[in-house]
Amino acid sequence: MPYSREMMESVRKVVETRPARIAEAKEGKHFPRLGQDDIEAILKKYHPDYRDGTKREVRVGAGKGTIVPNELADLLEARPMIRPEDVELGTVDVDTDVLVIGGGGAGAAAALTAAAEGVNVTVATKLRLGDANTMMAEGGIQAADKASDSPVLHFLDILGGGHFTNDRELVRTLVSDAPSIIGWLEDLGVLFDKEEEDGTMQTLHGGGTSRKRMHSAGDMTGAEIMRTLRDEVKNHPDEIRVLEFSPAVELILGDAGGVAGAVLYNMETEQYIVVRAKTTIIATGGFGRLHIQGFPTTNHYGATADGIVLAYRAGAALKFLEATQFHPTGAVFPEQNVGLLITEKVRGAGAQVVNVEGEQFVYPLETRDVESAAIIRECEERGKGVVTPTGRKGCWLDSPMVEVLRGAGTMQNDFPAKYRQFMRHDIDISKLPMLIYPTLHYQNGGVAINAEAEAERENLYLAGEVTGGIHGTNRLMGNSLLDILVYGRRAGLNAARKSKETQPGRLTLEHLSEYAAELEKAGIGSEAVSPMLLPDYAGKLG
Amino acid sequence: MATELKEKDVTEAGDDGMVSIFVMGKEYRVPDALTIMKATEYAGYRFIRGCGCRGGACGACATVYRTGDDYRIKVGLACQTLIEPGMHLTQIPFYPANKAIYDLDLAEPTVEEVLKHYPEIARCLCCEVCTRACPQDLEVMYYIQAALRGDVKEVSRLSFECIMCGLCVSRCPAELMHYNVAILCRRLYARYGMKRAEHVAERVREIEEGKYDSELDELVGMDEKDLVKAYEGRDFEEA
Repeated sequence: MPYSREMMESVRKVVETRPARIAEAKEGKHFPRLGQDDIEAILKKYHPDYRDGTKREVRVGAGKGTIVPNELADLLEARPMIRPEDVELGTVDVDTDVLVIGGGGAGAAAALTAAAEGVNVTVATKLRLGDANTMMAEGGIQAADKASDSPVLHFLDILGGGHFTNDRELVRTLVSDAPSIIGWLEDLGVLFDKEEEDGTMQTLHGGGTSRKRMHSAGDMTGAEIMRTLRDEVKNHPDEIRVLEFSPAVELILGDAGGVAGAVLYNMETEQYIVVRAKTTIIATGGFGRLHIQGFPTTNHYGATADGIVLAYRAGAALKFLEATQFHPTGAVFPEQNVGLLITEKVRGAGAQVVNVEGEQFVYPLETRDVESAAIIRECEERGKGVVTPTGRKGCWLDSPMVEVLRGAGTMQNDFPAKYRQFMRHDIDISKLPMLIYPTLHYQNGGVAINAEAEAERENLYLAGEVTGGIHGTNRLMGNSLLDILVYGRRAGLNAARKSKETQPGRLTLEHLSEYAAELEKAGIGSEAVSPMLLPDYAGKLG
Repeated sequence: MATELKEKDVTEAGDDGMVSIFVMGKEYRVPDALTIMKATEYAGYRFIRGCGCRGGACGACATVYRTGDDYRIKVGLACQTLIEPGMHLTQIPFYPANKAIYDLDLAEPTVEEVLKHYPEIARCLCCEVCTRACPQDLEVMYYIQAALRGDVKEVSRLSFECIMCGLCVSRCPAELMHYNVAILCRRLYARYGMKRAEHVAERVREIEEGKYDSELDELVGMDEKDLVKAYEGRDFEEA
């Protein structure tokens, strides 16, 4: 028996209430959605973003006073990893038109698009090309491309999801480019779930969507996109040079004030690499591995906010970093799976979230922040969570419902990766529900950009999770795979064009000396060094 | 650290719940029931290579090991495989494999195309070592056979869950590069074997013609109060 005896007692209650819940679902009845006032109230009371003492103002830098989570503030107030005198800028190791920092979906899209403009591209990535959160995105990518849908509705859904805080121009660009991104992926040979006879995309709802616009490739949508982009980058060895295991540790500025490349660090030989670039794109992803508030995370090993640190030291502005996304359905059992993502697509396919008594307590497709807050309330305040043998609490995601609503075999066919992940621990998710609790998932904010993916600093572009503004304070499912490609391509195009009319000038790292001086002046005697590059689980039970 | 112990003496967890594993020949005492990845970290390693998504999706942590007195070489993903007492392990990096350079725009979904790039698949011995090595339990040998017939649809079906960890490549006596054959076939099938979504192309045309410009202009400039009203007034497509 995979679950403990106590857990199985609760599973029996879930089984008992299931037929009635299914009958209602078939009639189109559902647990009521919350209105705007209730949403505000539940977020304030239960969402981790609102906990006291978890955020603070950054005390140094151009964005002094910006509020960010403590864990990120610690990195922004840490000493730079290098001092200007450590690096010989006179010896340029790599000279390139466009430097792309980061080898995930945004970086790969940027590199391909820049290379198509006929310029020379260098991709520097901390781990392997494709080692990124993109690879782990499961459920889908949004685009309003069906007759019943429109970019206008997509825009409204995003604004509501972000509580109307979003940068509207960025959202407008996102929804307008979305269908062409799906077409681009079709050209590249991405295996979307389609109707065989006429090629119509099979689409589902996500939390907060008014139309079914979630396009998918099984429950490996991000992996399918990422491995395809990686394959295509490797089809262009003459135009795109990839430097793996070589993270950027600092931006280099030109004497005219623009960004002019980066210092990379070969993690294996522990040597610095000076890259001079006419334009630079940062696509380094988010901060999940900082374990904000001690939460487990769905994120990739390399998600340590390096790009935020680099851009901030070079004077870029930060936005919305006070808002962190917790994914409502992270696994809490078995221990080996704790924190792992269970895609929202499972709820899109009809699975409900129920408590220890097998009762519903929230509409299954509220936006992620609201759904998370409701689960936390159920477990922490109402005492209706299920407790695991190691003392973790969670609610059930009733996946066997999907088998009834969509036919036997659906969990295995449509969620092959998740099915396998649980079968490794003898849990058949077509027959047993999964225990879930919110897990740290996404950095809603980041470095400010405009709709051309430009930062305020000249010759600097950014794309993907490292940016802030598109999603406001809360992102909807399926808009991250979309934004990395929309803004990855825009960054690549604009950086390539700009590289034809700009020169790096004389290279300098003086901004680091200034930053260090400011730290000293502020009396911040931190011994810590950043960027972090990798989390340190050595000697711990990570 | 109990370096005096022989391998067969340490195959069960002790009273303290700790077991011995051997990472690249060195013995470490670690808590039982961890994954290889977490046990290796507990032992004091900080991964640079061989660690990625930590959730079985990226293929970065392919690991080779032996257990107890079993002569066989076993393989698995470090983030997904539980340790066994007395296991000897090493990680392999992203396994070297040649990748064909091709232009998908000019390619065809045919056996000739596949063989042009990977002629060596004709050397397949049908030994099924690849299939046995696959941590995703894919029918690797069968998809190579399907590739030999030019059946890119079948290759797509059989290889869809491939995470490109390279364990198949590491064990193949015919020195094939299975996962790169698979992605070539999948891309050929998706591009040429599946029908294009006409509604996508149609919507792209509408957007280029400016069909939604005025409505989007209005939303971008709207008061927040009116925007909230518009949001709350949305109708919902039935699930």
